[in-house]
Amino acid sequence: MDLPAFVSLLGFSEKGWGPALLTAAGMTVLLSASGVVLGALFGGLAAFARLKGGRLARGTADAYCTLFRGVPDLLTIYLLYFGGSSLLTAVGRFFGAQGFVGLPTFATGVLALAIISGAYQAEVYRGAFLAIPAGQIEAARALAMPGPLMLRRIILPQLLRYAIPGLGNVWQLILKDSALLSVIGLVELMRQSQIGAGSTRQPFVFYIAAAVLYLVITFISGALIRRAEKRSLRGVRRA
Amino acid sequence: MDIAFFQDVFLRLLGGVPLTLQLAGISLSIGFVLAVVLAIALHNASPLVVLPLRGYVALFRGTPLLVQIFLIYYGLGQFRPSLQAMGVWWLFREPYWCVILALTLNTAAYGAEILRGGLQSVPAGQIEAALACGMSRGLLYRRIVLPLAFRQALPAYGNEIILMVKGTSLASIVTLLEVTGIAHQIISQTYRAIEVFICAGAIYLILNFAITRALAWLEHRLSPHLRPPPAARSATQKGEAA
Repeated sequence: MDLPAFVSLLGFSEKGWGPALLTAAGMTVLLSASGVVLGALFGGLAAFARLKGGRLARGTADAYCTLFRGVPDLLTIYLLYFGGSSLLTAVGRFFGAQGFVGLPTFATGVLALAIISGAYQAEVYRGAFLAIPAGQIEAARALAMPGPLMLRRIILPQLLRYAIPGLGNVWQLILKDSALLSVIGLVELMRQSQIGAGSTRQPFVFYIAAAVLYLVITFISGALIRRAEKRSLRGVRRA
Repeated sequence: MDIAFFQDVFLRLLGGVPLTLQLAGISLSIGFVLAVVLAIALHNASPLVVLPLRGYVALFRGTPLLVQIFLIYYGLGQFRPSLQAMGVWWLFREPYWCVILALTLNTAAYGAEILRGGLQSVPAGQIEAALACGMSRGLLYRRIVLPLAFRQALPAYGNEIILMVKGTSLASIVTLLEVTGIAHQIISQTYRAIEVFICAGAIYLILNFAITRALAWLEHRLSPHLRPPPAARSATQKGEAA
């Protein structure tokens, strides 16, 4: 492989795959971010259920976390894509539509990443909540703070501080998981490099390019997470 | 509920369990040996050795496993003539070996980081004491450093084992019929995703549960020094009863 050929292949000229790959990398980031944000809702609810819920809520949340952390993520994606599509097809048939109705891949992808990341985030939030010193909550109660105010002023700020390292891990995990969405035809970085590899017959070049782009994303987000962690600890006295 | 369908699916999926276990078992065993060597090298070696090793670890921890599998299986296919000339084409032609290679390199990178953390946690006093007794470098590692590091790293390594069992599911994308591969096959034949997901999920949960129990037992066995001695324990129990 001579260097110029490989440069023009991945470059930004008319025949280059550079723009397509960069757009796809942006898609990967967008997918993962949407998945983690929606997953924060699932994870937050599950953590709340496990901490304060009744027996039924606790059991459901426990089952959710165990199931989606123990089952391969690929299987979860198949469940949502095929399960959701057959549901849609059934609904479509009810209204007289013919044939197979596919689920929109972006929505499926975000939902899959949200369900998976929610199961991991629940653990992070639960651990972070338990790390808040009991005195903080007692003090807020002693000041007669109403629940929502206590949540906003006392619990959430401290909870986030303890949760940042764990959330960083979840983010890196989900970023790499998003590559699995290529199996349902969603054009993110992995799928785009498959397309490039297929149409140019240069798989090595494209998968190396994908690997480098993933590395760049994980490096940048790793640096940002470290900065956030440092900033969150600026009010904490080091022993 | 269609019990007969569940039974049929479950039995068919069970047929994929040996392959899943093979992929996980082989790559975890070789990966563990590599991880120990890598961790010791990362911990001790000169910067000249450490730098490329760090690059390897960062590469495999920073990219998706699927990219690694595709890079090895499809990517190296681009160099078929030279691989044939080297006589290693049989290895890269088979998806089975490609997946094992990718999983092994992946788990070795994660394992090296985990074990490096374990090595760092070994108290300096332990090493000083061993050196003061005149232990050689090899004996020091075998008797003092590695057992302490393993014990420390065990919980994190347990997570890695479970991640690897889940990771074997990616083998289905390069046509291997392990549990997820068979599940995908059944789903695309029957479009009954939920039932198949329940069966396959149950199989993975059982596998992971067995692994978790085995690791808990191992952790218990490896930490007798952290528990009160049996005599003291029975004394406190009597004290509580009284």
